[in-house]
This record gives sequence, C-alpha cells and structure tokens, in this order.
Amino acid sequence: MRIALITDLHANRQALQAVLDHAATQSIDTQAFLGDFVGYGADPGWVVDQVRERVAKGAVAVQGNHDAAVVRGSLPTMRPDARLAVDWTRGQLQPDQLEFLAQLPLMQEQGELLFVHANAYDPGAWDYIVSRVEAVRSMLNTRARITFCGHMHEPRLYHLSGVGKAGEFTPTSGEPIRLLGSRNWLAIPGSTGQPRDGNPAACYAVYDDTAGELTFWRVPYDVEAAAAHIRAAGLPVALADRLHDGR
Amino acid sequence: MAADAASESEPEPGPQRLAAGQVIDGWLLHEKLHTGGMAHLWSVSRAEDAPPLSSPLPPGLPLIMKVPRLKGGEDPAAIVGFEVEQMILPTLQGPHVPRYVARGDFTRQPYIVMERIPGETLRPRLDQAPLEIAEVVAIGVRVATALHDLHRQRLVHLDVKPSNIMRRPDGTAVMVDFGLSHHDRLPDLLDEEFTLPMGTGPYMSPEQVQFVRTDLRSDVFALGVMLYHFTTGERPFGAPESVRGLRKRLYVDPVPPRAIRKACPPWLQEVILKCLEVKPERRWQTAAQLALALQDPDQVPLTERAEKLQSNGALKRLKRWFVAAGEEPSAMPGAPIASQVMQSPIVMAAVDVDNAEQGLLERLRDTVGRIMLTEPGARLACVSVMRTARIGMDDKMDGAGQSLHVKQLVALKHWAREISRQLDLGEGRLTFHVLESPDVAAAIVEFAERNQVDHIVMGARGNSAMRRFLGSVSAQVAAQSPCTVTVVRV
Repeated sequence: MRIALITDLHANRQALQAVLDHAATQSIDTQAFLGDFVGYGADPGWVVDQVRERVAKGAVAVQGNHDAAVVRGSLPTMRPDARLAVDWTRGQLQPDQLEFLAQLPLMQEQGELLFVHANAYDPGAWDYIVSRVEAVRSMLNTRARITFCGHMHEPRLYHLSGVGKAGEFTPTSGEPIRLLGSRNWLAIPGSTGQPRDGNPAACYAVYDDTAGELTFWRVPYDVEAAAAHIRAAGLPVALADRLHDGR
Repeated sequence: MAADAASESEPEPGPQRLAAGQVIDGWLLHEKLHTGGMAHLWSVSRAEDAPPLSSPLPPGLPLIMKVPRLKGGEDPAAIVGFEVEQMILPTLQGPHVPRYVARGDFTRQPYIVMERIPGETLRPRLDQAPLEIAEVVAIGVRVATALHDLHRQRLVHLDVKPSNIMRRPDGTAVMVDFGLSHHDRLPDLLDEEFTLPMGTGPYMSPEQVQFVRTDLRSDVFALGVMLYHFTTGERPFGAPESVRGLRKRLYVDPVPPRAIRKACPPWLQEVILKCLEVKPERRWQTAAQLALALQDPDQVPLTERAEKLQSNGALKRLKRWFVAAGEEPSAMPGAPIASQVMQSPIVMAAVDVDNAEQGLLERLRDTVGRIMLTEPGARLACVSVMRTARIGMDDKMDGAGQSLHVKQLVALKHWAREISRQLDLGEGRLTFHVLESPDVAAAIVEFAERNQVDHIVMGARGNSAMRRFLGSVSAQVAAQSPCTVTVVRV
C-alpha cells in the first residue's frame, strides 16, 4: 500500500491542490492527514472538505493544535496573528466542518505505523520535535516502529538503532529512503501549506509499506494566488508574505 | 581494531546457521563461497517454486547472497555496516557495482542478494607486489574510473582497498562492500554511531581519521595508498592499530616510492604522492583527474614531489606535528559529493587547428576562455585529431621530414597560448593531446569517454558545401558523446 503523508495544510488551497495532483501521479492508495488543516490560510472550508471527503473513503486524519484552537476559540495567550487567524477561521467554517475537526483523534495507529500531529509522548500538549532529544523520547513512547508527525514545518527524518543511537537527516525531494526494519523511525514530511525552510514549495511524503520506502517530495504551487487570497480575506499581510520566502 | 573490516575470525554465530539446500524467501542456497570478518557469501539461485520477482533477472545472471555475521547481537559495527549496505546498494547502478537484486530485513533473516562477480578480488595481487609499472598504472586507471562513476552517483566509498575491488572479464573494475560508504541523499547511519574513526587502517585518509565522511578525495587518498603498495611492495603508512598510530599520517609523509624502487618513473611518483597529500585540496581533486593523469604521463606536470628521494626532515615533520595537533579537518564544509565532482570538471576543447578558419578558431578560444573563467577548478584538455587513412600506413613526415604530429602539437599549443596566459593555468590545469584516427568524431567521443570529460567545446564547420561533403563532425559528437557539448559558430 502507498500512503501520501500530508500535514500542516493551514487552509492553503493552492498548495493542497498541487500536492493532491502530484500524489495522483505517484499511484497512491490512500492518504494520512497529520493535522493543522486550518489557521494562517484563506481557504479553511475548502481544505476541511477535501480532508473530510478522503477520510470518508478510509484516509487517516488526526487533530492538530490549530484545529483544536479553532474548535475551542481563541485564547488571550496566543500571539496576535494567531488569535486573529483563529477567530477569522471560526467565522468561515460551517458547524458540520467544525464538528469534523472536533471529533478528530490525536493519534491513530495502523500496524507498525503511528500517525500523530506533534509527538507520541504527550500529543495533546503540542511539544515540538526540535531535535534528536524529543525525537528519541517520542520513538521510545510508542509501540509503533514508524511515527509520522507534523507540527514542525521542516522536513526531517530521525532514526533510532537497536542499541539506542539516534541520527537525523534532512531529506532531498524524490529520493526513496528505505526505513530499515532494524530501527525505529520518526518522519516529519514538512508543511504543505506553510513551508518554513526557505523553499516555498509545498512538502509532503509517500510511504510504500511493501517496499518499506519513504520518499519526501517538494511540489511547487501558485504562491501568488494563495498570498492574494490571504490579503483579500483581510488576514495579516505577513501571513501572505511569508509564503513567498518559505519562512 | 573495531574499525578494521577484515581482521577478525570469531566462531560462527548461533541464530541464523544456514545450510546448503535451504531456501530463504525463495532463494536456494548452494554453497558457502567465502567467510569474511563481517559476512558470509553464499552462491544462490531463485528456487523453482518461488514467486516471481517484481523486476525479472537477466537469464543466467550468477547470484550471491551476503549474510552478516552477527555475534550475539552485540556487534553494532557489523549490524550498522550491513544496514548501510542494504540502504545504499539498491541506489547504485552501472558496470562498477554488483547489480542489486533483493534484501531481507533484520526482523527475520538479514541478507542481500546481488550479482556474483566472478574471480578474485585484487587482494592476492598485493602479495605479488611490487608489480610491473604498466600493471600498476592499468589498475589505477580502472579503479579511478570506477570511483569517479560512484562519486557521480553521490557516493564516497570510504573503504577503497584491494579486497574490495573485483574485475569483470573485460577488466572493468567493480567496487564491492559499501558498509562504510556515505551517500549524499541517504541518512548516514555511521555518522553518529561510533567514537573510533571508520575505515581500514592502512588506507584511511587523514580527514577520515578526523571523522570527516563526506569528502570524495578520501577515496583518491586510499587509491594512492594502493598504488604506492603495488609499486613498492610496501605500505606508505604501515598498518597502524591505534588512533594514535592513525594520526601519524597527519604529519609523517611516506618514503618516496623511488627511494624503494628505482624503476618507478618520476611522473608516477608525482601522481602517487599527490594522492597522498595530507590536505585534500592538494590532492587530485577528482578520481577522473587522476585517471586522466595516469593515461597521459607526458602531461603530468612534475613538481618537487617527482624527484624526492627521502621523506621530509625532522624539522619539517615537527612543524607539521604542531599544525596537526591543533588541526581541524579542512574538508569542503557540507558540499554534497555530486557538487564536489562538478567543482572540478574536465573541459575538452576539440580544435581543428589544420582546417578551421581563423575567425572560428578565435571564437572557439574566446568561448573556452570564458568557460574556464567561470570554473576555477576545471582542467582543460586541448585535443586535435589528425585524420589518417583507413587502410595502409600514412606518411607521418612532411616534405621537410618534420613530424606532422609535432607540428600539430605546436599549432595546438599556439592556439591555447592566450587562454593559458590570461587565466594563469598552472600546475597541470592545461594539457595537450594530438590523436590520430580515420574518424575524427569517433576519436573525440572516445577520448571524452575514456577521460570522463564533462564538457566538450568545439567549432562547427563553417562552409556548408564542406559540411555537405564531409558530414558534420560536431553533430556526430553531440549525438554520441556522453557529456555536455557546446558547438561554437562564427
């Protein structure tokens, strides 16, 4: 089975469309959406509908911190940009769309695979996996051999050997990597809707569980259109600008 | 030493005791061919009732299965090395690697099935060293060619030594054992794993001793160690067993080959000692440049390395010791292997010094000059082809008895004089080659292939009547050559 791993979509319609189109050329069988479907971008309703349609056909989806925030409403502790985006997004979504986001689980397990937005050790506290330390902690806190998560927007691959040595790797688009059975792996596909590694192209990954191979991808999309939507919606201009630079 | 891949002989491990006649994942084991320090090799074939493979094998392809020797699961070096090879081998292609077929995971029975390269490794030849100089050179060319191909595939081998080199029946070198290798685009499982330098003691480059695993010139160094050994019968840095012993090569230079074997020509000593420079930037920058030098001894610029008959004196050694003591490796930081290869391309100017019009020759020189200006690491090979008759002997002397070959060489050097002057192309960055062939285009393509040229620059025949009559050499070169071709027109 070939699974497309798509995360941190952030209401970016153009980026998600480009990723779905690309995935269609990779003979995928299903998708796993790793959370943060909304927030920052200008098309939350459309993006939530896309995810919901695919979940109805068997795709996996887990809840992200932005999804949870939109369900709950903004908090005074949030950064001003984020608070504004949360309130605006809430206003854009229909009750059934909010209900879809509300009922999403934090984690989902399928055989040796774990899907989660932030990490395996405390998924609802939204700690970031910023280094090997958190990655190892997460890998040690799950039975699953391979963890797919989002939350961090930069693509990264961590691995843990049988004797407890950990390593990390920044992947290159289009190069299949064998996730050897002798190790534990934690893969972060990188953000579809708001890449932050200096490359504006949308991130996602494909995992082939027969070959045991993971391929990270970068997909260029119409950044100008996505940025224009954000400006037209009256959202903070910075949210539009950062898409151009991939920051 | 933990880092040495070929020095242990522990008793066989327990869990996966294999036997002839056994079938693993559809692979029928025939006989055990070899037991190495880290792995067993079995000859295998596809069992008759096995499910078909996703990509069918060429009929009659002989196969081996490599099975790691696991010593009670406590030897991380063996496990990780095998994991690395399982990860890397499937990504490699071409004649210089055994063709990958299948792999089995550690969760059940770890193995790799691959093409069996017949014959022995180069290891037995070491016992016969010193070898004939011509054979040393031939080995050097073949291995350098193989290494360059791997480097282009984004890989540094990092364990180049005779026991990891085999040959196909046509002589093509095949590199085996990628357990210590580094691939640009795959996670480096060894990078974080061990606190000892990884490699085989006698062959390890100074930067490998300092834990750098990303410099393709480490392979150039190891090949230099091999060539030194084959030439002199001795190891340039001995066979150290400790990290301290390994570090010695940072400040003690080897005895010059000619001091051990007088018959070693100065140019070969130059080539070998240049491979063995402590600083990578003072070595041949790519394996292709090394292969080019080995194939054209006349064109190797001789420096003081060529004539040395003893190692550096005590004072110089002490100075280098002080430098080495506080030194950090000076490898190109973070430059991917593929771009290291591209930083030092070989540019070939194919110049028709006899027939081309003056304007075209000038335009060609101008274009080549600009390409060299943008590629500070490039080497320029100026080539001219003398058309010879297909049948019979040509008279190679002109009326005045002057060799036509020499005449053409003089003309070629004259053509390149301005490039050489403007760009200050020192230390062998500029070489000249006069070829003789009945087929000019074929000669150019063949030269480019043999010397792993990255970019051919040549002129188009201006006169269309001539082109109709003689055919277009540049079109044929552009169609048939393995590299980039720039065709210059006036």
